[in-house]
Amino acid sequence: MTQTSAAEAAAEPRSTIRLSVNGKDHVLDVPDRKLLSDVLRQDLELTGTHVGCEHGVCGACTVQLDGDPIRSCLIFAASAQSHEVTTVEGIGDDPENPADVQQAFIDSHGLQCGFCTPGFITTIDAFVNENPHPSEEEAREAISGNLCRCTGYQNIVKAVQRTAELRGGCGQNCCDREDTEVSQ
Amino acid sequence: MKPSPLRIHRPKTIENTLELLAAHASDGKIIAGGQSLVPVLNMRLAAPENLIDITAVDGLDGLTVEGQEITVGALVSHRRLERDPDVASANPILGEALRHVAHPAIRNRGTTVGSIAHADPNGEMPMILALTGGCVKVRSLKGTRTLTADELNVGPLETSLEPEELITEAIFPALQPGQRAGFDELARRSGDYGLAGVGLIMSTDNTDAAASVDAADPPGSGAAGKIATITGLKAGFVSVTDTPDIIELDHIVSGTPVDRVDTIVDAVASAIKDFIDPDGDIHATADYRRHLTGVIAGRLLKRLSRQNSTRGASALSGGQRAATCKEKESR
Repeated sequence: MTQTSAAEAAAEPRSTIRLSVNGKDHVLDVPDRKLLSDVLRQDLELTGTHVGCEHGVCGACTVQLDGDPIRSCLIFAASAQSHEVTTVEGIGDDPENPADVQQAFIDSHGLQCGFCTPGFITTIDAFVNENPHPSEEEAREAISGNLCRCTGYQNIVKAVQRTAELRGGCGQNCCDREDTEVSQ
Repeated sequence: MKPSPLRIHRPKTIENTLELLAAHASDGKIIAGGQSLVPVLNMRLAAPENLIDITAVDGLDGLTVEGQEITVGALVSHRRLERDPDVASANPILGEALRHVAHPAIRNRGTTVGSIAHADPNGEMPMILALTGGCVKVRSLKGTRTLTADELNVGPLETSLEPEELITEAIFPALQPGQRAGFDELARRSGDYGLAGVGLIMSTDNTDAAASVDAADPPGSGAAGKIATITGLKAGFVSVTDTPDIIELDHIVSGTPVDRVDTIVDAVASAIKDFIDPDGDIHATADYRRHLTGVIAGRLLKRLSRQNSTRGASALSGGQRAATCKEKESR
């Protein structure tokens, strides 16, 4: 707990924290009350993580903590120390060379405005690692904690299964028949 | 939507945690997963000056299944408990209920003990602790005590914990031979708080066959081919009682063969509807919740009577009885 000055500390406790984000270590001086979502966006300028509802309902701020999806608006940055944080930038940060989940969203038309997309990408990346052969129902359950207000969810469900396909596993449909809607 | 200024303490040991708790008894809160607390802080419904973050504390992340007891440390996430095969085998109702706790991303971070300490009547796990006859171990600088669910739960969001006390672990007894357990709830959307939820533990006389799980057996029959007879039933509720109150329905169900469960479903549903005390809100009226609870309970009762095995006893047969919470009861 490094304190800058007595007066400031009384108004706003701050600490020096060590955060590991997308494989890079950072040492930051931040207010104790600062949420991981805000530290990612404001201090590390990783603005791919979007902040929607700020109480854990919308899923837009989802990042991975040691590989598991969590809400970055429901964890203080200080509490994320000694864990590895992966944001959407850590999954894929090059428009010319998108990660498989991102390619799946392109292939399946899984986004319109894109606000919710980073939360879906981090969620689906972890889910398909865990379940390489998701059925449509499992895909729906996996994304049930993420809200999208543009597309409806049909194409996002397809993007889950397309991700599985691109990773060499299979969505429910691709093993036994050609799925014309998502195959290129 | 940002928390008011606060100081985060990150102790490494339980002793240090208890010292911090004693020092900040009036203006401090424990935070583990924070999945209920941080929304409350973000909306400034609470503004503690000190948060004692226990996620770096050694010795609170144990999860063991031994001696007919599932012991869950304060840092065990819902998700870890949900996925543990030994837990599923010892008492499948934990996993069934956990799948209704919010979304996977919340379960990855939220802890079961935290949910029990939060004591939300919309929460699944405080009720499961009560229904299974579980208890919690509590520590402070003054010592250690064990509280049954009934002693712990005082009211909605209110427990009998002293400000300087920490729940270090929750203990859920395993199912006993002959018992079957299940949970179901209805929510408007996946991951929402349930409009109504029901957990049931049914006891049967089919204790010797308990170890045998054979899906090929005809419905209702035990492994020995004999139709089991129901000897007891208890029920607990989510979102329709103020505290996790349990109702014993042995007098209605005792002596009924599992294949004759249709004859008691109405009586069970009716007793449950008289027992609960739901509130109405924008999502559902009190009457609708009451009706729904009866329907869910009836369906669950039928499901349990069709289920021909009592998972749980098999993995642990030969072990001693669940000692910790029982000793507590007899004291």
